[in-house]
Amino acid sequence: MYFVKPKRHSFKNRPWLVASAAIAGFVASPVVVLAFLAARGSDGLWTHLAANVLPVALHDTLILLLGVGVLVSIIGTCTAWLVTTCEFPGRRVLSWALLLPLSVPTYIIAYAYLDILHPIGPVQTALRTALGIDSPRDFRLPDVRSMAGCILLLGFVLYPYVYLTTRAMFQTQAAGLIEAARVLGTRKAALFFRVGLPLAHPAIAVGVSLALMEALNDIGASEFLGVRTLSVSIYTTWVTRSDLPGAAQIALVMLLVVVLLVLAERWARRHRRYAASTKRSHPLKRVPLRGGAAAGAFVVCIVPILVGFVAPAAYLVVESVKRVRFSGVSPAIVQEVVNTVTVSLAATVAVIALGLVVAYAARLGRGEFLSTASVRLASLGYAIPGTVLAIGILPLITGVDAIIDDVFQTFLDVPSRLWILGSGTGLVIAYTARFLAISVGGIEAGFTRVPASLDDASRTLGKSAGSTLSRVHLPLIRPAVAAAALLVFVDIMKELPVTLLLRPLNFETLATHLYGEAARGTYEEAAIAALMIVAAGIIPVAILGRADRNT
Amino acid sequence: MKPSTPLRRSVQIALLAGTIGLSSGAAFGQEINLYTTREPGLIKTLIDAFTQAKGVKVNTIFVKDGLAERVEAEGDKSPADVLMTVDIGNLIDLVDKKLTQPVKSATLESAIPANLRGAGGEWFSLSLRARVLYAAKDLDVSTFTYENLSDPKWKGKVCIRSGQHPYNTALFAAYMVHHGAPKTEEWLKGLKTNLARKAGGGDREVARDILGGICEIGIGNSYYVGLMRSGKGGPDQQKWGDAIKVVLPTFEGGGTHVNVSGAAIARNAPNKAAAISFVEYLVSDEAQKIYAQANYEYPVKAGVASDPIIAALGPLKVDSINLVEIAKKRKEASILAEKVGFDN
Repeated sequence: MYFVKPKRHSFKNRPWLVASAAIAGFVASPVVVLAFLAARGSDGLWTHLAANVLPVALHDTLILLLGVGVLVSIIGTCTAWLVTTCEFPGRRVLSWALLLPLSVPTYIIAYAYLDILHPIGPVQTALRTALGIDSPRDFRLPDVRSMAGCILLLGFVLYPYVYLTTRAMFQTQAAGLIEAARVLGTRKAALFFRVGLPLAHPAIAVGVSLALMEALNDIGASEFLGVRTLSVSIYTTWVTRSDLPGAAQIALVMLLVVVLLVLAERWARRHRRYAASTKRSHPLKRVPLRGGAAAGAFVVCIVPILVGFVAPAAYLVVESVKRVRFSGVSPAIVQEVVNTVTVSLAATVAVIALGLVVAYAARLGRGEFLSTASVRLASLGYAIPGTVLAIGILPLITGVDAIIDDVFQTFLDVPSRLWILGSGTGLVIAYTARFLAISVGGIEAGFTRVPASLDDASRTLGKSAGSTLSRVHLPLIRPAVAAAALLVFVDIMKELPVTLLLRPLNFETLATHLYGEAARGTYEEAAIAALMIVAAGIIPVAILGRADRNT
Repeated sequence: MKPSTPLRRSVQIALLAGTIGLSSGAAFGQEINLYTTREPGLIKTLIDAFTQAKGVKVNTIFVKDGLAERVEAEGDKSPADVLMTVDIGNLIDLVDKKLTQPVKSATLESAIPANLRGAGGEWFSLSLRARVLYAAKDLDVSTFTYENLSDPKWKGKVCIRSGQHPYNTALFAAYMVHHGAPKTEEWLKGLKTNLARKAGGGDREVARDILGGICEIGIGNSYYVGLMRSGKGGPDQQKWGDAIKVVLPTFEGGGTHVNVSGAAIARNAPNKAAAISFVEYLVSDEAQKIYAQANYEYPVKAGVASDPIIAALGPLKVDSINLVEIAKKRKEASILAEKVGFDN
């Protein structure tokens, strides 16, 4: 039964929409700073770039993104399909272990594999011994420092973004339709290609775009493996030639391309509707696999875990043990763990709270321009390399700092200091701008599983937007919020460039410690810090895996 | 309406409580704030020694890239006292951006040779490192010039880090000052063709890759030899260090290319006097010895001995070209390296 929506409602939704727009404005503000920087101009940069840099940078970036995109889609989707629709030995454990590579930062996997696969590393040494060859000069495997190496390594640590979103889709919305297709006698392969894949399309798109933005903005691993992406060009222009306007220009062009790609993807599936059923979806019945099929499924699911997690983690354990025997453990590491966890937690709370506001405003807005635009703007921070975002946000923070300090100086007899930047609050603010995309995306996906009729019912009964959120939505989308929170937490913990530039004095996190050692070529001393990052990442990832299993 | 005085007082109390919690210690004893692009592990010993000797606490932040941007953004409220970098180009860049202030100090002037500090006291070198040749043990090279790097006989046998790394940009810039841009471009092309693998990684990878049979010669900084061979980096690295022989190359008709680590006093240094005493301490015999022995760098001060491992590399004949000239050419050198596709 229809009734005309009273105007009062949309007026009552105002505060949500305004708050959402304000948050979006905050995330977009560093981009405005970058635009100002870029406008300062840089003589002849683009002629040089066009002639000498862009051909290679564009080529490398494109190949890298294509390669990583294909790899994460295949691994993420296939493993998600297998663990949700099939039953085979080890499935329960694999189902959450598939998330473990999330805890391994890209720069760590690059270091680890270079060591493992180096001609004098364990693999090739063993191989030579087996073949009876003395010198690595006589026999070597191809160098891991290559485009192929970079694609493989990034693909194997970034696929969980796709796995996570796609698995949730198969488990919930898609479940009923998959069951129906089964009843109608659809074959296994057709079930995957004609029912599973099309249904999972939005989930795959979200996961792939997150993974690709990570790959695009990665500097550590690409640089280390000798891949010349656009981000590396930005970095060179800025750092080596002190041409910040030039770097800002490249960054903005790159951002524009990303935005266009995201819009194109959305436009391409504009006519599809993915309606949520009002019925609580029941868990999909898994088809038992036997013999070869079961073994095959097991192998497909365990290989990504071995490559993306077990091998690098085992390497770090071995190196850490060597290190502890050689020089003991630095007591500073305890403080670094505390620092890392504290800022990560604080930022996660902020990111989730703001993400909730933006995603909920979008739901209240029901496709209205302001709310949709806010969602898009709020996700910008993830599409810019971390270093560039940090540079854009820095003058904003110090600007506010100057005002606060002036106010304090007039009221109180306290020494002058930078209240935001100097206390680590600046770091939390910057993380929020950077990772809001993940929380908005995750929570938005959670909202789509809640039928709109529930909102209508609640509002008809006179509940406000806020009370509808806390009493109707939150209980229903709790798993989605928790998943987003854990993903954000792990990402912040691994974050390096923003942390490096915006942290206060005497404040080291595990990532900055690791980088300090790596920068002077003493990776082995960084093994312990690297292991701690991975270890601290496992806990939320494990929670994520278990929590998800229960939905 | 609430009376304003209690409110104001409670705000004051709250603010004060926060202040005490956040900046405890600031009022007691002296402190300085050090912003550095130098890895903390390399200067910790020096800082600890300074705090021991002078009773001044040193707060540090290691900012690899963006140190200039950070200090610039912080403006006149910046807590930065001392700015430290590991490359002459970065150091001069800070001066050019007007983030430093000139300092007059007889101690610094007498300890540091005139060509290794700014004429007006805007910047000071603290230690030197040479850009040297790492070569496979069995190779017959006892002398080597940087010009030799483009010799076709080394085709497919050279390893080097990214052409955009400051250590290499400075070397390329020095080559430019010696030979001019066109010849440098040709040399870079030749060197690029000689590479055994993509330019990348760090200087130690060069030694490791020589041991791994990927290349036969390569370019790296002198102090890594000390860090590797001393065993300070662990047994693996000692193997890499022992797998190479080291030659101090020269420019034809010149000397060995060196770069510096250095410091400057920040423009708005809140603790200027203590900051100067810190930099002065860094050129004391005691500190220069630490530079030599803990970091395997060449001391900037005459009369302080190098570490035996470094001394064994042979006498260092420093190239005559002025560091400021090298710093001026670094942007051009970086563009040239991109032009020849050095890192591709």
